[in-house]
Amino acid sequence: MTNRSKKKGLLLQGNEAIAEGALAAGCRFFAGYPITPASEIGEFLSARLPQIGGTFIQMEDEISSMGAIIGASLAGVKSMTATSGPGFSLMQENLGFACTTETPCVVVNVMRGGSSTGLPTSPGQGDVMQARWGVHGDHSAIVLAVSTVYDCFEITVRAFNLSEEFRVPVILLSDEVVSHTRENVTLPPHNEVDVIDRRSPSVPPEWYIPYENNSRGVPDMVAFGEGYRYHVTGLIHDVRGFPTQNPEEIKDFTNRQFHKISNNIQRIQMVKTYMMDDADIGIIAYGSVARAARRSVMDARYMGVKAGLLQLITLFPFPQYPVEDVLRQCRRVLVPEMNMGQIYREVKRVNQRATLVEKYNRIDGQFITPDEILRELIKV
Amino acid sequence: MPKEITKLIHKYLRHDKKFPHVWCPGCGNGVILGSLIRAIDRLGLEKDEIVLASGIGCSGRMPVYVDFNTLHTTHGRSLTFATGIKLAKPSLTVITVMGDGDATAIGGNHFIHAARRNLNLTAIIINNQIYGMTGGQFSPTTPYGCNASTAPYGHIEQAFSIAELAVTAGASFVGRGTVYHVQLLDKLIENAISKPGFSVVEVISNCHIHFGRRNKMGNPVAMLEWMRDNAVTVEKAGTMTTESLEEKFTIGILADVEKPIYTKEYDKIRERAKS
Repeated sequence: MTNRSKKKGLLLQGNEAIAEGALAAGCRFFAGYPITPASEIGEFLSARLPQIGGTFIQMEDEISSMGAIIGASLAGVKSMTATSGPGFSLMQENLGFACTTETPCVVVNVMRGGSSTGLPTSPGQGDVMQARWGVHGDHSAIVLAVSTVYDCFEITVRAFNLSEEFRVPVILLSDEVVSHTRENVTLPPHNEVDVIDRRSPSVPPEWYIPYENNSRGVPDMVAFGEGYRYHVTGLIHDVRGFPTQNPEEIKDFTNRQFHKISNNIQRIQMVKTYMMDDADIGIIAYGSVARAARRSVMDARYMGVKAGLLQLITLFPFPQYPVEDVLRQCRRVLVPEMNMGQIYREVKRVNQRATLVEKYNRIDGQFITPDEILRELIKV
Repeated sequence: MPKEITKLIHKYLRHDKKFPHVWCPGCGNGVILGSLIRAIDRLGLEKDEIVLASGIGCSGRMPVYVDFNTLHTTHGRSLTFATGIKLAKPSLTVITVMGDGDATAIGGNHFIHAARRNLNLTAIIINNQIYGMTGGQFSPTTPYGCNASTAPYGHIEQAFSIAELAVTAGASFVGRGTVYHVQLLDKLIENAISKPGFSVVEVISNCHIHFGRRNKMGNPVAMLEWMRDNAVTVEKAGTMTTESLEEKFTIGILADVEKPIYTKEYDKIRERAKS
C-alpha cells in the first residue's frame, strides 16, 4: 500500500485519491465526522496518517472537526476535513473563522443530492453557491471542483498549495459519482509532487506583525509555540491581530481579504479545454458532469457538430476570462449541472453579448449522461 | 514600589495594546486571570509554551490581555480548536477559558466529549450563572426561580452543575472554586494545569451587573460574601447532612483520577500502524 512505483497503475476510488493527494501535499492532520458519501476519506486517513507520524481524530460533529483542523493548522500542521452537505452546513461557522483569521486548511465536500438530509447516496452539485457564500459576512473563498479520480489526487494537492500560498481555507467540491468511482490511475511519488508551504517570517519575534499588509497581501505565518506570541481572533482585527473598531482598519482588513485573491486570479483560476479551438457550440461544466460532457463533445463531433468543452476546476473566484472567451467564440453555450443552475447564473452574469446561454439540469439524484448532453447539443 | 504580586501580573500582561479591559468594575474575571497567572508562574512555564484559548462572551476576552500564544475562537468551540492544537503540537500547554453558557450550552457537546476523550487540556469555566455580555439572559446554570432578561417571570428550568457534569463525563481532574476563595483557586488551577489528562476548574464568579442586579444580590462585595457563606469544602460537606447542604455548593477537588491519556494512546496507535 505504501510502496507505489511511478509505473504501476493503481485501482483507486475518488475518495482514496483525495486522501492520497492530501498526504502528498503534506497534510498530517485530519479531523472528521462520518457521513456518506465522504466517509472513505477519513477511513483511509485513519490508517495512513499514524504510519507517517500524522494524526487522525474522529470528532463529535462537523463543527468540532472544523475547529480541530484550524487549531492544528495554527500549530503548524497542514490539515483537512471531509464531509457532505449536512456536515458542510455545520462547518460554515468555523469556516468563517478560518477566513477571518487567514488559517490555511482544506475542506472537502463530497456533494450529494438535495437540501437537508437529501439524498445521501446520490450525486448532486447543489452546494456550489454555499461553498462560495455559506459563510456569513463578506469574505473571500477559493472553491475547486474535481471530475476524475486522477483529479482527486492532483487537485487536492493544488487545494493545499493555494491554501498555504494565500492563507485561505480552500473548499474542494467532489460529488458522489467522482468520489465513489474506481479507476486505474498512476500517481506520481510524493517526492515528485510540487508542494507549497506557508511563508514564515524572516524577522525576529519583536519585529513580527502577524497581519501585516505586505506586498503580497498575504501575511507571513508562524505556528504557535515558536517564540512569536501573538493573538488570533475571529473579531475584525488590526495588523497586530488585536480587535479593532477603527473604520480605516476595518476597511483595510476586508479589502486585503479580497485583494489577495483578486490580484492573483490568474494563478488561482484553473480550467481545461477540450476541442474548443474551432467550436461554435460550447459546454461549460465541472465535476462529474464535465466528464460526461467530454464524451458528448466527441459524439457531437462525430455527427459533424462543432462542439467544445470548457471544464471549470476553479469555480471561485469565478474564472471569468476563460468563460468570456467561450462566450465570445460560440453562438450557443450549454451549462449542464446537477442543480437548478448555480454556475449557469454565473455564466449569464459574465455574458455581456448576445450569446445564447442555456442550462440543462437534473435534480432527481441521477447522474447526467453523455447522451442527454448530446441531445441538448444537437437540439436546434 | 509596586508590590511583588503586581509586578508578577505585569510580567504576563500585554502592555502595548488593549487596555483598559472590557470587564465591568468589580467583575470576577480579573481575579480569575490573576489566579491563572500565579498558577502558571508557580509552575515555571515559559510564555512560549502556553496557548490560552477562549470562546465568546466576557470570558472570551481574557486571552487578548496576556502575553501567551492566544486564540479567541467561536462561541462554545474553544475546546475543539484546543484539541487540534494539542494533537498537532503536544509539547504545548493548552488552556481554555470559557463561560457557563459558552461551555455548557452552545459548547456542551464539545465539553463532554473533550472530558470523555481525556486529551491533556485544562478547561477553566467561569460560572456567573448568566449570559453577561449579551445582557443577562438565562444560561444553563441559572438557578430555578431566578430572574433573567429572558426569564422576566422567573426561570423554570433546572440548572447544570458544571463540575459534577465534568466528573460524570470522565474528566481526569475536576475542581470547583470561587472568586472569593482565591488561594484555593490558585491551587486548583495549578493542579489542573499540571495534571495529565482533561482537567476542569469551575469558578463561581459574580456578574453583579446582570445576575446580581436582577436577583437583588447586591454589589460585588455582597456577592462575594454570598460565596463565602454558601461554599462548603468537599471535606466538610462529607460530614454534613443532606438538608444542611441545601442551597450550598461544594468547593475543592471533586475528582482526581488516573485514566489513559489520548496523546499517549495515539503514540501507541502510531507504533501499531508502523508494524
